[in-house]
Formats: sequence, structure tokens, C-alpha cells
Amino acid sequence: MFKWLHPYANPEVSYNFCGKLQPWLFRLSALFLTIGLVWALLYAPADYQQGDSFRIFYIHVPAAILAMGIYFAMAIAALSSLVWQLKLADASAAAMAPIGAVFTAIALITGAAWGKPMWGTWWIWDARLTSELILLFLYLGVIALHNAFEDKNLAGKAAGILSLVGVINLPIIHYSVEWWNTLHQGATVSKLGAPSMSASMYWPFLMCLLGFSFLIAALICLRFRTEVLARNSMRPWVRELAMNSTEQKVCHSSSCHTHSQN
Amino acid sequence: MQFNSFAEFINMGGYAFYVWLSYGVSAALIIYLLFASIRRNKTVLEQIAMRQKREQRLRQAAEKNMKKQGLSEPQINDEMIEAAVQHSTQASK
Repeated sequence: MFKWLHPYANPEVSYNFCGKLQPWLFRLSALFLTIGLVWALLYAPADYQQGDSFRIFYIHVPAAILAMGIYFAMAIAALSSLVWQLKLADASAAAMAPIGAVFTAIALITGAAWGKPMWGTWWIWDARLTSELILLFLYLGVIALHNAFEDKNLAGKAAGILSLVGVINLPIIHYSVEWWNTLHQGATVSKLGAPSMSASMYWPFLMCLLGFSFLIAALICLRFRTEVLARNSMRPWVRELAMNSTEQKVCHSSSCHTHSQN
Repeated sequence: MQFNSFAEFINMGGYAFYVWLSYGVSAALIIYLLFASIRRNKTVLEQIAMRQKREQRLRQAAEKNMKKQGLSEPQINDEMIEAAVQHSTQASK
């Protein structure tokens, strides 16, 4: 059943596959983000209660959803790395952590900038905000553990266990607005089937969500390839690739022949 | 189009500071992440290439040394080079 997946356990095949995907993902993200953000800033209607401050929604909500999505993906990668010893899964988990951290930070900062005019405060220790802050700390912990050991396998194990323990935070974030009394409003778009918002706001939101998703996928490809290189630095194909890429750089700076002979 | 003029667009119905703060910080963080990722990719490739060049230099030096000492067939294996690279990286740290 998983036969078609098998060749991708080879680092070189995965590296090249992601290298082919990467430029297309960047192009798609540029396309959808341009459509989505122009639509959100210029053409989407202002909210009847919140006015134009509602336009923060088009960054805040995709960032928050995707920050949780990346965490979930990272935890699955960590699990397969711990259970089946897949080294590439470990590399992908390490690649995802910084991206997740950045999007969690974006969700928190845009949330604060939206909270100030709407709730009258930048920050409040309420369930949704606190659990989202814990998500950021989990990401930072995972990043720190990945960098804490010289031995990447050991680092991957430690970081993997932390990311698996941290999965408990995901349902807490999602249901925090239902379980506790909170300033944060309930789910609007993640209700399956019937989102409780008008189409004129839903469509620009979807475009932004798609754009950010492609951007994240492209960034994961880029960082994953770096991790694969770093973890396979003694393999002949990596060594050849490194030599070729640095020689090319020398050629750009005019003195190609003298350098390549040295 | 929801805005009648550019000034009105910048003003964001009085929420200019909060809206542009959100968009600005998000853009800055994403651009930083993008460039940091590209830079790290380049650094890793450069480090791998640098290590190889160091290996080549050490190998040449060792062969020369062996010849000088009158050993006609220089016998250098990968383990010796590996040890020398480890030594020189530790020294350079």
C-alpha cells in the first residue's frame, strides 16, 4: 500500500522532490496572498460593529489556524521519527518548528493589536490567549532542544518527546473558548459546513488561508532541504552539491578560472 | 472598493495604527523567516564545501610529508584525514 512512498525514504530523492516543489509553492503563495490581501484590505466590507479593525482578522485567523496545523504536522513527524526511526521525519520536524513559532507569534501579536481597540486591552490572561502563548513556548522549547545536542538523533528524540507531550495543548486551544468564560469570541470559520460569516468576508479569508498555507509549505521545503543537507553532510551527493554550489558563486564574481584551479 | 481616497485607506476608519501594526509586524516576521532560512541553507552548503577543501589540503600536505620522509608510496587512509579534520576544526574553534 505504501510502496509508492518508499523511494522518498532516500534523502536524495526527497531533497530533489522538495527542490522541484519549492518554486511552485512560492509562486502559488505569492499569487493567493496578493489576491487575498488586496481583497481583504480594499474590497472586503468593514464589519458592522468592529469597522475596519476587522481587517486584522484576515491575518490573525489564518496564522492561528496554521500555527496549530504546523504543530500537529510536527507532532506526527516526531511520532514517526520516534516509532519508526525515520531520519527524514526528524529532519522535517526540525524544519517545521521555527515556521510554527513565527506564525504563533504573528497570531499573538495581531491578536493583541486587535484586542486593544476592541476589548480595551493588549493582553489578558484568559484561556485562549494563555494556551496560545503556551503553544509559542512549546515551539521555542522544541527549537531549543533541536539545537541543544551536537548529535542530531539524540536532539530529535528529546524534541520529539516534547512535541508529543505538547499535543495536549491543541484541543485546549481549540475548546478554550467553549470550556471557559473568555473575552475571545467563539469559532466563526472552523465550524464545519456552515461558517457564520458572510461570503464577502469568507472568500478573501479563504484566499489568505490558502496563500499562507502555500507559503508555509514552501518554507518547509526550503528548511527541510537544509536539514537534509546538514544531516547527510558526509554523503557523496551532498559533498558534490556543496562543491558545485560554492564554485558557482565564485564564478559569479568574475575570477572563475583562478579559483576553480586552487 | 471600500475606500474613496488613499488617505481614507491609510486611515482605516480610525484603526490605522492597529491594522498597519498587524500587517507590518506580520510582513516583517515572515520576511525575516524567509531570509533566515535562505541564509541558513547557504551557510550549511558553505560549511560542507569548506570542510571538503580542508580535507583536500590536509591530504596534499600529508602526501608531501610522506614523500619527504622517503616513503615512496604514501599510505593515507580516510580515518587519518578524518582525525586531522577533527583536530583542525577544534583548533579553529
